[in-house]
Amino acid sequence: MRSKPLTLTILDVLALIVLGISTYLALFFAPTERVMGDVQRVFYFHIGTAWTALMGFILAAVFSIAYLVTKNLKWDRYQVAAIEVSLVFFFLTIVLGSIWARPAWNTWWTWDPRLTTAAVTELIYIAYFMLRQGIDDPERRARFGAVYALIGGLSAPITFFAIRLFRTIHPVVIGGANAAAQGGFAMTADMRVAFFFALFAFTIIFVDLYWNRIRLGELQDKVEQLKLKVTM
Amino acid sequence: MLFQTATPDTSGYMIAGFVVSFLVMGLYVASLYLRSRNLQRDQEMLEELDAAQRKTVTK
Repeated sequence: MRSKPLTLTILDVLALIVLGISTYLALFFAPTERVMGDVQRVFYFHIGTAWTALMGFILAAVFSIAYLVTKNLKWDRYQVAAIEVSLVFFFLTIVLGSIWARPAWNTWWTWDPRLTTAAVTELIYIAYFMLRQGIDDPERRARFGAVYALIGGLSAPITFFAIRLFRTIHPVVIGGANAAAQGGFAMTADMRVAFFFALFAFTIIFVDLYWNRIRLGELQDKVEQLKLKVTM
Repeated sequence: MLFQTATPDTSGYMIAGFVVSFLVMGLYVASLYLRSRNLQRDQEMLEELDAAQRKTVTK
């Protein structure tokens, strides 16, 4: 594997620093929300991971189009990397949401439109990796993966807009209100600082993990080619 | 003031949330590292094998 670029090493360190700062802001800087108590602090990570994951799924759909147009396997690597990192982040979003929901809604899970669309999105992308596992030919795998990720990409905006389009108990904290929502709150200035920093921090962390994952994909391809060469 | 209720103690859930966050991210970073290390080993081994095959052909 090529030695790690200096920019990536700097980004690794920066990701750790911003994660530390974001944790500090969420735990100590932001005030305690009066109705929900300390559990509201997980909201900063919940939104941070959700934002980056949904962007990652949309990015993967864009790379799918790039692959289908150019047939360059580079776009397939970018797509797989975006989906894998997004899948991990979105898993965190769902788990954090569930942890918050227990004291706020008195249940770990409910089949609310937002929670349902989120669960479906996560399952769609788990199935994406299962589909890829079943195809040996790299070009066929990339083509099927691209079409699947392109259609799967639709689930990201549906999940995002679910709380704005349907009657749901999930609160809309930014850009709207939901009459049926339970557990909503108005952000104070200090909460906004923690919130926007978390968005920034998770974007940096996502980019860092994404870049590392792309490098892993390049190495995987190289090893696959070497295997073919040796066996021929 | 009569209707004001005390803030509930939900710190246990908060701790669980942050522990899960760091655990999942840590596991993912570890998985990236381990996969990369294993692939590097495979690459080295395959390159050696390839070089040995070439030597045999030239002889």
